[in-house]
Amino acid sequence: MKLKKLLLPALSFGMALFASGMLVAFSDSKVLALKGQPLEMLQKAFATAGGAYWALFRGSIFDPQLAQDRFIEGFYPFSETLVAATPLILTGLSVALAFKAGLFNIGAQGQFIAGAIGASWVGFSFELPVVIHTLAAMAAAIIFSGFYGGLVGLLKARTGAHEVIVTIMLNYVAAYFLLWLLSTTAFLRPGRQDPLAPEVRESAQLPHLFGEDLRANLGFFIALAAAGAIWWLLNRSTWGFRFRAVGANSAASKTAGISVARVTTSVMFIAGALAGLGGAMQILGSEPAMTAGIGGSFGFDAITVALLARANPIGTVFAALLFGALRAGGLTMQASTETPLDLVLVIQALVVLFIAAPALIKAIFRLKNVETGEAVASKGWNG
Amino acid sequence: MSLELRGITKRFGPLTANDAIDLTVGDGEIHAILGENGAGKSTLMNVVYGLLQPDEGSISVDGKEIKIESPLDALAAGIGMVHQHFMLIPVFTVAENIVLGHEKTKRLGILDLESARKEILRVSAEYNFEIDPDALVENLPVGLQQRVEIIRALIYDAKVLILDEPTAVLTPQETDELLRNMKKLKAKGTSIVFITHKLREVKEAADKITIIRRGKVVGTASPSASQEELASLMVGRPVSLDVDKNPAKLGGVTLAVSNLTISDHTGRSLVKNVSFEVRAGEILAVAGVQGNGQSELAESIVGLQEHVTGKIELEGKDITKASVRDALHAGIAFVPESREEDGLISSFSIEENLILDLHDLPPYAKGPVISQSVVSTQAEKLVKEFDIRAQSAKDSASSLSGGNKQKVVLARELSRPVKLVVASQPTRGLDVGSIEFVHERIITERDAGRAVLLFSTELDEVSSLADRIAVMYRGEFIAIVPADTSREELGLLMAGVKR
Amino acid sequence: MEWLMSAPEVRNLSAPERRRQRGIITMAVLALFGFTVFGLLPKEGQPVTYSFVLGNEWILVKEWIVNSKTGALGFSIASILAVALAAVQFRARKTSRFASIFFAATFLMSFLCWAAAGKFIPFTGLLQGALLLSVPLIFGAMAGVLSERSGVINIAIEGQLLAGAFMSGVIASLTQNTLFGLLIAPFAGAAISWLLAVFAIKYGIDQVVLGFVLNVLVIGLTGFLYKKLLIPYQSTWNSGGTFAPIEIPLLSKIPVIGPIFFSQSIIVYLMYVVVIVIHVALFKSRWGLRTRSVGEHPTAAESVGIDVNKIRFRNVVIAGAVAGLGGAFFTLGAVGAFNKEMTAGKGFIALAALIFGRWSPMGAVAAALIFGFADNLQGLLTITGTPIPSEFMLMAPYIATIIAVSGFVGKVRAPAADGIPYKRGGR
Repeated sequence: MKLKKLLLPALSFGMALFASGMLVAFSDSKVLALKGQPLEMLQKAFATAGGAYWALFRGSIFDPQLAQDRFIEGFYPFSETLVAATPLILTGLSVALAFKAGLFNIGAQGQFIAGAIGASWVGFSFELPVVIHTLAAMAAAIIFSGFYGGLVGLLKARTGAHEVIVTIMLNYVAAYFLLWLLSTTAFLRPGRQDPLAPEVRESAQLPHLFGEDLRANLGFFIALAAAGAIWWLLNRSTWGFRFRAVGANSAASKTAGISVARVTTSVMFIAGALAGLGGAMQILGSEPAMTAGIGGSFGFDAITVALLARANPIGTVFAALLFGALRAGGLTMQASTETPLDLVLVIQALVVLFIAAPALIKAIFRLKNVETGEAVASKGWNG
Repeated sequence: MSLELRGITKRFGPLTANDAIDLTVGDGEIHAILGENGAGKSTLMNVVYGLLQPDEGSISVDGKEIKIESPLDALAAGIGMVHQHFMLIPVFTVAENIVLGHEKTKRLGILDLESARKEILRVSAEYNFEIDPDALVENLPVGLQQRVEIIRALIYDAKVLILDEPTAVLTPQETDELLRNMKKLKAKGTSIVFITHKLREVKEAADKITIIRRGKVVGTASPSASQEELASLMVGRPVSLDVDKNPAKLGGVTLAVSNLTISDHTGRSLVKNVSFEVRAGEILAVAGVQGNGQSELAESIVGLQEHVTGKIELEGKDITKASVRDALHAGIAFVPESREEDGLISSFSIEENLILDLHDLPPYAKGPVISQSVVSTQAEKLVKEFDIRAQSAKDSASSLSGGNKQKVVLARELSRPVKLVVASQPTRGLDVGSIEFVHERIITERDAGRAVLLFSTELDEVSSLADRIAVMYRGEFIAIVPADTSREELGLLMAGVKR
Repeated sequence: MEWLMSAPEVRNLSAPERRRQRGIITMAVLALFGFTVFGLLPKEGQPVTYSFVLGNEWILVKEWIVNSKTGALGFSIASILAVALAAVQFRARKTSRFASIFFAATFLMSFLCWAAAGKFIPFTGLLQGALLLSVPLIFGAMAGVLSERSGVINIAIEGQLLAGAFMSGVIASLTQNTLFGLLIAPFAGAAISWLLAVFAIKYGIDQVVLGFVLNVLVIGLTGFLYKKLLIPYQSTWNSGGTFAPIEIPLLSKIPVIGPIFFSQSIIVYLMYVVVIVIHVALFKSRWGLRTRSVGEHPTAAESVGIDVNKIRFRNVVIAGAVAGLGGAFFTLGAVGAFNKEMTAGKGFIALAALIFGRWSPMGAVAAALIFGFADNLQGLLTITGTPIPSEFMLMAPYIATIIAVSGFVGKVRAPAADGIPYKRGGR
């Protein structure tokens, strides 16, 4: 029963929405003002939370207002979801792949930035024919971020330095490095001082999927292709066999002749490259002018995506779409109902919390015999 | 103090580890609990010591029923335990380990270690156990660590002392000393329950023997019973304790090790200047107590050790610096000491485990792609050949019993073209049936012309399988002797006494 | 160099010795770098003015004006001597802790002389500011010690700090009483760590993931409430104010040391107490012995009747309380109001300090002080203007931690059972 596997994530999501809805409702001054009248208060609470979630839906999937001219235009917001989901798929894959090999890639943020720097620089510095320029920018991104990730793997393989600490530190290093880059003349627009890189040339940018008005671009399909490739890598290739073996039991893998050091380094390289490709998609697809905030919250989002998907590459696509919808819709929600975008963070954190505690959900809903399983094994600093 | 167990039952899900066990230990009695690996002996003792709660049954001390819900209750009732895997904190001192859980404090909760030190010195003098209260446990040799556990139990006035497989880590001489100490304790009025699967010790030291099989008590015996009788009771069928073996047909030198020295990462030598040869068609068994360098030596042959100097040659080819993969593919089958940790990946399927070291070679892989059908066919073949009891080869390896897990490891290693078999403690923790299987297989390989390097702490296994015996002590091969060397002589060599 | 590498007897260096050797070589390279770049390269120096006066100390120590080139040369030569001393001690197989500290101090001074050429350095103020910046780091690191020594990884220090900052700021504002704000801060932090404890200990969830998620939960919640309540209704919700510094009579007048240590707010004084209590308790008390046993070998601890998970639970909650108290520093000790994400990653630097300090309280404090000093120095130099971009100086603590963790200059070993959930009756 494939459906049974979805039950837990679905319930977790439901619980998270419910809890967040309560937050929205009971922090609203108008709701709080009705303290003495419970029924009215409850009604207002429902209305407030409902309004926020309706805005969320309108901003991410379907907006009836836009559908008034032509029905298909109602789905314009979905384009925003695709745009938001693209980097999430890639960074989510980065974290998921690492999880499968027993590694924690908290560094997707820094690797994303490294990739964005590469793509941006090639994008605005050179003049190349159309497709080649895009590919060159992507290649630069992959190389920069691959090495940024591979460095972590190498350190772990050679010195045992725990990747959690190293990646957290490297995230900050990347962020400050970007900040510095955006103050150098090479990366500034001529004549201007604000930290905004020159826009990537048209020849490098990714083509839009549904016409110029909608931001959805080819990057989404590149991300899907990456997900497929990673699935194949993990489940059908000899490399993936080794990755999974080391992730499950590195001692036994070593005894069977698998080089744990090589696996660690290559996994982190690929993970870095994936996250960096996400950065490239962001630059070449939706944010052609790099700013200091290009990294956004992709680092954290990647982790939540990977956890929700239980480190499964195909599941990552769906989890990324879900959280992408939350992000895209969140902007509309913030604009039209004055509900701060931070709510999305809360929802994400709660979803993961509930997902990670199957026993808790089971206790709340009195479920029996639902498959849980661990996506990530508990490990310490020394392991 | 007498201890009585009535109807103790403990279940773990569908598995009944202890089934209505009755046991009476009299005052001042040495009572042995005999059973093979997996019979439920340790579970029973964990129940008595309060680490596990029984589902049914009662425990009485001196006729009065008591409830033991934690080790504190057990200690209060006068029951002490020396565990098979020591329950000591390596980075603490002896004194700190002993006071843990019963600390005396000065004002404000500050520890009072002085009085602990005095107590330790007093008890160790009374029983003639030398121990330094301020030594760090991780720096003590294994025999002394065990002593710390014993002293801890005695300090807290244990009247019944439970010893769980105490001789697993001792030399024959240390074992004899332990048995002597047990009798000393008995003379002072302490009752002793000792758990073991070693028939010889049971006959030497016990006043009464209770045999447990598959969770049930199947009988009691006195030490005058023969080893065969006891073994049959343990296993449930007649057991012959000898192994049939043809005389060795020797071929050329397969493995040549010269001046091998292995150090750990702090520079300490674990194996010192070892040289030996193993020829095709013979079994060289390395005997010795755990911790004298055997594990490291075994691992170094396949390249799992880092700080190695000297030379290792397989049929003339130098493989000293070879990677693990190259060593394995050069023709070495390696059965590691810990099958759960190093031999198998529990979450992988049996199929996947069977190709763990061959996954990227034809015919199991074509280039970078794994050929699933070839893998499955091969798995079926091996499951049949090695009689691996499992529902399907696609089940995860964690569902297998210990014996079957070891069979998977053997199947994997022996399905490659192999010149040398390195087996490290291959029958540890296995039931008798699996032990027989492994022994037979080792002999088969030897008769097929392979060289076998066997590491074992069980002297009986060494004596029955080996063509030649090397004794390892403190990292050196203290002697290489013929297979019919007496147990006493081997024991002396294992304790470092050269003649 | 050969002299350093070879030895009178043929001896294979053990790994710790090789690391120390690497450390000494690193120091030597740095010292020579300092000598050349800070000392020799500049064509002529400019005067650097060090002032040591901050308030009303007994003795007003005079300013020290030194030529930047001379100062740099002098200090870098001193640092070279320090390295030589360390090398000699290494060959004699003695520890070289004093030499390393002396090297660090002189190298830093030579750097300062070079970077601040022609500028004015309020030295005492620099150190006082350094201590202040270390306060949340020290609290955070202490929270880390409590939690991790018991065997629970605490990545959620950042969230605990932020929760403490938020609640203390809000309560202080609502009650218009900073003391009430201070009292609530530990509870806020403890609430977050209570969640960590429940999910990690009771449900066995992976602790790294959990900590991370809790951080984001707190960031999201506080950010949400900040925008929804604290900004629009600022006077009610976000005007708590700060604690005024309390000068300890007599001690605060000691030149140089006085203003730094004894002229701070109550939060800092609480910090001194917390550090001392934790250090003494961890190594000398019964609680400390049991805590460390549970973090090293929980099965052994249980076998003597210790309730492993109860100890872990309690310690994690207390850890959160400590971090929450440290969070109050941001609002009640510094800014006077809450800002979104005001902890700005200090929780992670606290974690770095914990690891840098090898999970020992005093070590973590030392590391935190170093990081605080670097942070303050960076800020000062940015204002006064220096050749090194501020971003690179900001990167320094992070890079230093990476170097530390990779064992380049010392092996770090966490408590053995850190991060591994424990189930009763088994291993």
